[in-house]
Amino acid sequence: MWVKLEPRAEPSRAMIYVSPLLAAGLTLATGFVVFTVLGFDPLAAFHAFFVAPIDDLYGWGELGLKVAPLSLCAMGLAVGFRANVWNIGAEGQLTLGAICGGGLALAFPDTESAWLLPGMIAAGVVGGMAWAAIPAFLKTHFNANEILVSLMLTYVAALFLSYLVFGPWRDPQGFGFPETRQFQDAATLPIVLDGTRLHAGMPIALAVLALGWVFMMRSFLGYQIRVAGLAGGAAQYAGFSHKRMVWIGLLAGGGAAGIAGVGEAAGPIGQLLPSISPGYGFAAIIVAFVGRLHPVGILLASMLMALLYLGGEAAQMNLGLPSAVTGVFQGTLLFFLLASDVLINFRLRVVRRAPGRVAPTERAT
Amino acid sequence: MTGLETTVAILVSILGAGTPLVFAALGELIAERSGVLNLGVEGMMLVGAVCGFIAAAETGSPVAAVIVGVLAGAGMALIFGVLTLTLMANQVATGLALTIFGIGVSAYIGIDYTSVALPSISPVHIPGLSDLPLIGPLLFSLDPLIYLSFAALAGVSWFLYRSRAGLVLRGVGESPESAHAIGYPVIRIRYAAVLFGGAMAGLGGVYLSVAYTPMWVEGMTAGRGWIALALVVFATWRPARVLIGAYLFGGVTIVQFHLQGAGVEVAPQLLSMLPYLATIAVLVVISRDINTIRLNSPASLGKTYHPDAH
Repeated sequence: MWVKLEPRAEPSRAMIYVSPLLAAGLTLATGFVVFTVLGFDPLAAFHAFFVAPIDDLYGWGELGLKVAPLSLCAMGLAVGFRANVWNIGAEGQLTLGAICGGGLALAFPDTESAWLLPGMIAAGVVGGMAWAAIPAFLKTHFNANEILVSLMLTYVAALFLSYLVFGPWRDPQGFGFPETRQFQDAATLPIVLDGTRLHAGMPIALAVLALGWVFMMRSFLGYQIRVAGLAGGAAQYAGFSHKRMVWIGLLAGGGAAGIAGVGEAAGPIGQLLPSISPGYGFAAIIVAFVGRLHPVGILLASMLMALLYLGGEAAQMNLGLPSAVTGVFQGTLLFFLLASDVLINFRLRVVRRAPGRVAPTERAT
Repeated sequence: MTGLETTVAILVSILGAGTPLVFAALGELIAERSGVLNLGVEGMMLVGAVCGFIAAAETGSPVAAVIVGVLAGAGMALIFGVLTLTLMANQVATGLALTIFGIGVSAYIGIDYTSVALPSISPVHIPGLSDLPLIGPLLFSLDPLIYLSFAALAGVSWFLYRSRAGLVLRGVGESPESAHAIGYPVIRIRYAAVLFGGAMAGLGGVYLSVAYTPMWVEGMTAGRGWIALALVVFATWRPARVLIGAYLFGGVTIVQFHLQGAGVEVAPQLLSMLPYLATIAVLVVISRDINTIRLNSPASLGKTYHPDAH
């Protein structure tokens, strides 16, 4: 008996939606197995990791606190990914957003103006876009690979933030800790759900997702991006500028990640620290794929990814597991999704292997 | 120390800083020559580094460390191979997943080894030659893995340009359809190339954690896997140039250390940006001439191929 992949005549539309669910289910099942192997009571560990973090309102608030930056970054990345523009530097663009938005708050320490927060968000968008404009410029003018450039800039951004909080922006009253002063109230995002830490970043993220849907599905530019990604030759023949796709893909990613950065600095953190994101920009790559590059999918995938973060923190406190286990689950989730996606274009068929016949087609499967 | 001795010491440290890149980039070069773009180098290096380190800490044997690190890197590459070659997943997405997975897994399994110290590996002194002035310490009393990197370069160059198998590998990278039509097992050849890439990335990781540092720190590769990917482009897919590029980056890293040590009035964080900025600069200079890239990059690079899908 042998399982063989057989091409489908038409890609399965059902599998496009089933595959992410399958991947999520397999990831949870893997968690179950891993906990058992590590010697935990699997049901108790599973409960502590995936259920306990969200069994009250506060927990849901914490979930939303992570959904906001994840879905923001993923929505921006999805615009680029649709056009085959591989921006993987959202983490760096998020950092620059936090630096620019936070910098504005630090520059006006006495302002209580209601315009400060919108200004910070705008500064964050500009910062994120500026950081993403570097790979866009180097790609369109020098053909430099945007994957490598955007990633290298993530390291540069992290070092730049570290330089600022250890150096010129360090709080003089901070007892020498590498941190800026706390932002004043006017520079802190308001809480939107009493009894939780959920702040205005969540409604902003939802608005950006809605905007993303309108842009991708209802605008001519969004249409051009989708065509460019699905059939590059056709897009070229229709006269859609490839360079424009690169710019839009990267700027969308940078702008959205910049908002996420401001949301972290002006939200739960309330100041600038040497590190302001536990890898949201990288996790958002997975969110974008698991969410099928679609706003609704991205929202659902962000919730799953946020749960993995919360579960990792809970497992660290309650089970003594290192929080690195979150990264393991994140990678596993994307592995399962990529593996399940084969079923969109192929079906599994159980075949009896004919003895002696080893055609190349069969050897490969 | 005289000026000459200092210069030699700096040159030797540049060799050391460049060696992990030589291993990882040569491995990735072979994978890419077969048409497969594996962006998981960073993850494979980290897993190789931590597994090799644990083996060294538990057995005290550098040889065991190398073997375990190489196998761990190849194991990671096998995940990539199954997803991209058998299940035809997108190579870019799978490579990213491999890196994210590798960062998490290595941090997880290395958690008990972060404060463990290893004895340093003693350099190999080649009798007679190592006493020569200048070139003695520079070329004939290095640590054994640096010699292995020279051998790897020679081996990869010979394989690609002088062996029949290397010709087939390059053919697969240029046109998998033609290679398949002639009767070569494209998928198997690509599996072999991907596994070699993983093994070499693992070796680069082991060199870093067991010989160069020697210690294990979470995420210690600090982007070297990505720099290795950039080096392959810099080398325009030719092995000898990998060596030049790797030592160039080794040089940037070491110069930055020495500037920090010499008390230069620049913040250490800004100096630490140099290797990353240098990578971007090099990519821009090399990629600017679109024809050079188009002529030298394997024609099927990054494209999924499967005999059943046609």
